[in-house]
Amino acid sequence: MTYTTAIFYFFAAILVFAGLRVITARNPVHAALYLVLAFFTAAGLWMLLEAEFLAITLVLVYVGAVMVLFLFVVMMLDINLEKLREGFWDYLPLAGFVAVLLVIEMALILGSRHFGLEVMGAPAPHAADYSNTKELGRVLYTEYVYAFELAAVILLVAIVAAIALTLRRRKDSKYIDPAEQVKVRRNDRLRIVRMEAVKTQATQKPGAGEGGA
Amino acid sequence: MENVGMDWAAIQTVVWTLIKILALVVPLMLGVAYLTYAERKIIGWMQVRIGPNRVGFQGLLQPIADAVKLLMKEIIIPSGASRGLFILGPILAIAPALAAWAVIPFTDTLVLANINAGLLYVMAITSMGVYGVIIAGWASNSKYAFLGAMRSAAQIVSYEIAMGFALVGVLMAAQSLNLSDIVHGQAGGLHHWYIWPLFPLFIVYLISGVAETNRAPFDVAEGESEIVAGFHVEYSGMAFAVFFLAEYANMILIAALTTLMFLGGWLSPVGFLPDGIVWWLLKTGFVLFLFLWFRATFPRYRYDQIMRLGWKVFIPITLVWIVVVGGMMQTPYGYLFH
Repeated sequence: MTYTTAIFYFFAAILVFAGLRVITARNPVHAALYLVLAFFTAAGLWMLLEAEFLAITLVLVYVGAVMVLFLFVVMMLDINLEKLREGFWDYLPLAGFVAVLLVIEMALILGSRHFGLEVMGAPAPHAADYSNTKELGRVLYTEYVYAFELAAVILLVAIVAAIALTLRRRKDSKYIDPAEQVKVRRNDRLRIVRMEAVKTQATQKPGAGEGGA
Repeated sequence: MENVGMDWAAIQTVVWTLIKILALVVPLMLGVAYLTYAERKIIGWMQVRIGPNRVGFQGLLQPIADAVKLLMKEIIIPSGASRGLFILGPILAIAPALAAWAVIPFTDTLVLANINAGLLYVMAITSMGVYGVIIAGWASNSKYAFLGAMRSAAQIVSYEIAMGFALVGVLMAAQSLNLSDIVHGQAGGLHHWYIWPLFPLFIVYLISGVAETNRAPFDVAEGESEIVAGFHVEYSGMAFAVFFLAEYANMILIAALTTLMFLGGWLSPVGFLPDGIVWWLLKTGFVLFLFLWFRATFPRYRYDQIMRLGWKVFIPITLVWIVVVGGMMQTPYGYLFH
């Protein structure tokens, strides 16, 4: 067993464990954190496959942004675990069927002679100065540019739709626009009035006018 | 026999790498310690105070005394806290702050790992720092800590986007993700540094960096006057110190990255002086001074104003400037942007 294989099995074991804990952990926050661990370990596995751009992007996008928002939401929710687990046994047959189907599909791909190691051998390792990022960019922006742009537009539509669906202005909201606030200058709020000085009576008690004068 | 030789070589590599990591982390930790000293002194002078001056000459041993004090204190774990995660919080805060240093070059040859996708690596690793804050805030089982964690999460995710776009501008100009190559792209003196063609991105990056490290005036995650100390209100002793170390290590990291990407790294500003790590240290020190200066000068931002600045000001600026850089590169004046 080479060093790389050992690392692979180490990462794979963590990944499987984390994946299992995602669905078995009783606390939803713990489950979300195990999902973070699963993503991170998967990124490690991709790194072993020399897909450094994908690996780093997985960490950057999923671990660094998506899961943060996910945790954000999960932490704020008051989740009743009992209620969540109510339908577990009812759904088990369907879930089992889907799981078996997935396993069969994977076996078909990995075990068949069309995709086996003899047909699709491991690719030759690239030199150290090979830039995975550059190659991906080249292919993405030349050969697959239309598909890429289409995907981008679809995502944009999804973003706009998501915002449009949830955006509502409540009439009783006391919302203030910070942009309006920071634009305010002194002259908008403050008026300096020129007044003649008022002379105080000289008949006051001596010493009392010291502070007010 | 050959196998044994291979193993020996592997062990040597591992030991040698560990020594190099130590040689990086120990000066970094010392830098953190004396950054806190510099902070107290500089802010003291700015506010016409003296600052620490009791321990050692001019208070120079103050950070050591602080460290010893924090080490001796008890780490209290609140009874309602989620024990495992409570301890994991500070660890997850400091780990990315240190791991990101692996790819930071100090000179042409002085770098732990000169990897191709260095810039991406730094962005990915630093984006994980927020977990320390979130987990600490949640595991503490305290309202103040939780509020601090929520604020920090929203703030860091928002400013990370602007920061990422600013870096896109840099990698367009340098045409590389390798941090050493980015510095080499700025060779030729002061006027070749990326700060000039990418000036708006430089400003956005610097301010986002302040926000990312939860420093004043963006320190709503700590917000002493409203939520006591935010996410680390329940931490004491070394567990608290680790958060502190992470914050300052991150500050130095952001300053170093600003130096590398906009200020020419270790390159000398004028032709007749040699390049060297001195320049790196000077420039990083200058950016760190800006951090301290900001803290001494600006009052804390209000939360909705922070969000507005990130989403409605910085992201549009960076988007526009990326298009400007891309467009200018196609014109005869493209050399200005390389």
